[in-house]
Amino acid sequence: MNLIVKPSKENIKTFVPIGLSLVFLSFFDVFLNAFFNLNLMAFLPPQLSYFLPLILGLIGFYLIRIEFSGVRSLDILNKNINSNNFNALLTLFTIFIIIKSIPPMLDWFILEANFVGNSKDDCTGDGACWVFIKVWFNRFMYGLYPDAEQWRINTAFLILFAVVGVSFFVSEKLKKYFILFLVFVFPFLGIKLISGGSFGLEYVESAAWGGLSLTFIISAFAILFCFPIGVILALGRRSSLPAIRYISIGFIELWRGVPLITVLFMSAVMFPMFLPDGTFIDKLIRVLIAITLFEAAYMAEVVRGGLQALPKGQYEAAKSLGMGYWRMNALIILPQALKLVIPGIANTLLALVKDTPLIFVVGLMELAGMIGLAKTNPKWLGMAMEGYVFAGLVFWIICYAMSRYSQNLEKKLSTER
Amino acid sequence: MGKIIELKKVNKWFDKFQVLKDIDLDVAPQEKIVICGPSGSGKSTLIRCINRLEEHQEGNIVVDGTELSESTKNIEKIRAEVGMVFQQFNLFPHLSILDNCTLAPIWVKKLPKKDAEEIAMKNLTRVQIDDQALKFPGQLSGGQQQRAAIARALCMEPKIMLFDEPTSALDPEMIKEVLDVMVDLAKGGMTMIVVTHEMGFAKEVADYMIFMDEGKIVERAKTKEFFENPKSERTKLFLSQIL
Repeated sequence: MNLIVKPSKENIKTFVPIGLSLVFLSFFDVFLNAFFNLNLMAFLPPQLSYFLPLILGLIGFYLIRIEFSGVRSLDILNKNINSNNFNALLTLFTIFIIIKSIPPMLDWFILEANFVGNSKDDCTGDGACWVFIKVWFNRFMYGLYPDAEQWRINTAFLILFAVVGVSFFVSEKLKKYFILFLVFVFPFLGIKLISGGSFGLEYVESAAWGGLSLTFIISAFAILFCFPIGVILALGRRSSLPAIRYISIGFIELWRGVPLITVLFMSAVMFPMFLPDGTFIDKLIRVLIAITLFEAAYMAEVVRGGLQALPKGQYEAAKSLGMGYWRMNALIILPQALKLVIPGIANTLLALVKDTPLIFVVGLMELAGMIGLAKTNPKWLGMAMEGYVFAGLVFWIICYAMSRYSQNLEKKLSTER
Repeated sequence: MGKIIELKKVNKWFDKFQVLKDIDLDVAPQEKIVICGPSGSGKSTLIRCINRLEEHQEGNIVVDGTELSESTKNIEKIRAEVGMVFQQFNLFPHLSILDNCTLAPIWVKKLPKKDAEEIAMKNLTRVQIDDQALKFPGQLSGGQQQRAAIARALCMEPKIMLFDEPTSALDPEMIKEVLDVMVDLAKGGMTMIVVTHEMGFAKEVADYMIFMDEGKIVERAKTKEFFENPKSERTKLFLSQIL
């Protein structure tokens, strides 16, 4: 890079156009190479032609690196991606890799992929076989739930979305009732609707539930219950009463120390042995309880972090106003502590959602489990890639939505300005 | 004259370190008492014992006819009657100033929201920050926050107010606005126990001065006598250093 002239403000008029065209030339070369398999520099020796875009780009970036040029966009560009030769190199590498990786991704996902058809034989292209997802879509959503009864799951989720949607637009006073309904009435109403057995609805045993709807059901129930239990455990662990404190510590440490997969296995296989003869608790309920208690232990430690971050003065101020233990915690301590640990809570809940596929060990098939089952179908062998990409995408959408929601909540509740 | 606060032979230890040694103290209704002394002398601990933010291990504390003991019911009853103002304000940062003031009246005294807000606005006007009612504590200056904390305590309509170094965390410019509020409160007839180093304030409002050192009450005297003719050498030394 030992050029005779140093780029500076004086020669900006000549250097910037030359530099920019060199940079674009290098991008253009890589672009043609990646998308159309053309090599403009083929007349050069192969090694040189391979590295030429990099060299051109570097020279171009060197020429436009003018400090305090007076052109705002140029200054921003230089500061962020072109502050020295090494950073210019990194910038070029990053952009080249992005350009290079687009065509194969595009090919696999869309251009060479197959969308039409009903069987594996319709997948003739080199890309993904989305026919697999299309044919199995119903199973991925509803598991083995009978087709004729699937309207019940749809209705339950429609009610849920409708109530949540409407609750955003009603007044604060009404909102309270919406939330009470969602927390205390809807879960049991929804489960009754899906499981049936009364009101003329056909009974569908929980072993037939599955797919994405089961992911939602398990996640929703576990979140609903693990949160209050976690809060109680966190308070218990900080209680001044030794009995309560040690019970809380014991509970938390026991559940935190065991892998979820073990807990699930125990809940399905060992637990029934301890029940008296004739009593039967549904497998799904046992699994739900196991996941809930497992996640509650994690939740407790997250919440305890928030409790510990609060200054002692908040407790004393609340006490000095005559508040008892429960009022102090409900009105003063928890609102502040929970707000502090929203990122931690979101973390735990996201982990919970992503842990649900583990229920395959007890034979329950939610979305990922159902895909695992479908890919072993003799007629559909070799579809693991499509299946897991699809599962990953769905889980990512769910988790990203939750993450955004938690960020919004953080912003909304922030009072420290 | 009846006593509203009575402490008899109160002893307290932090582990093996004795912070309060045989404290005897009577306060009559409407009396104003200022406690001073070097740091670590136990003065904050003493007033924190009066509403049981600290537990005493020996002796009796009777507040307005109710004995402080393990009984949670008694403790909450006394705390509702005894207002406290802290050095660090301790406002609730997640609530507006108005909500800070109405929270305890609504949830502890079970006042309807409208009445609680009326009382809150009355007290906020009294400490001259009624225009800040809807702001959050973080948006107020130190002096305003401390006045809001005083208003919050007053909203429980307490019989006794305890002040634990209320101006120690404030900029010099803001000390006056807080002291003005406290003087006004004293003139209104409130029973007050104040831990402070503001001797100007003490001379203006205190009926009695108490000087503490090493967990003991070294001297208790009428304000005028305390400043003009202190009896113990320790008091003289202390006064010569801070006046």
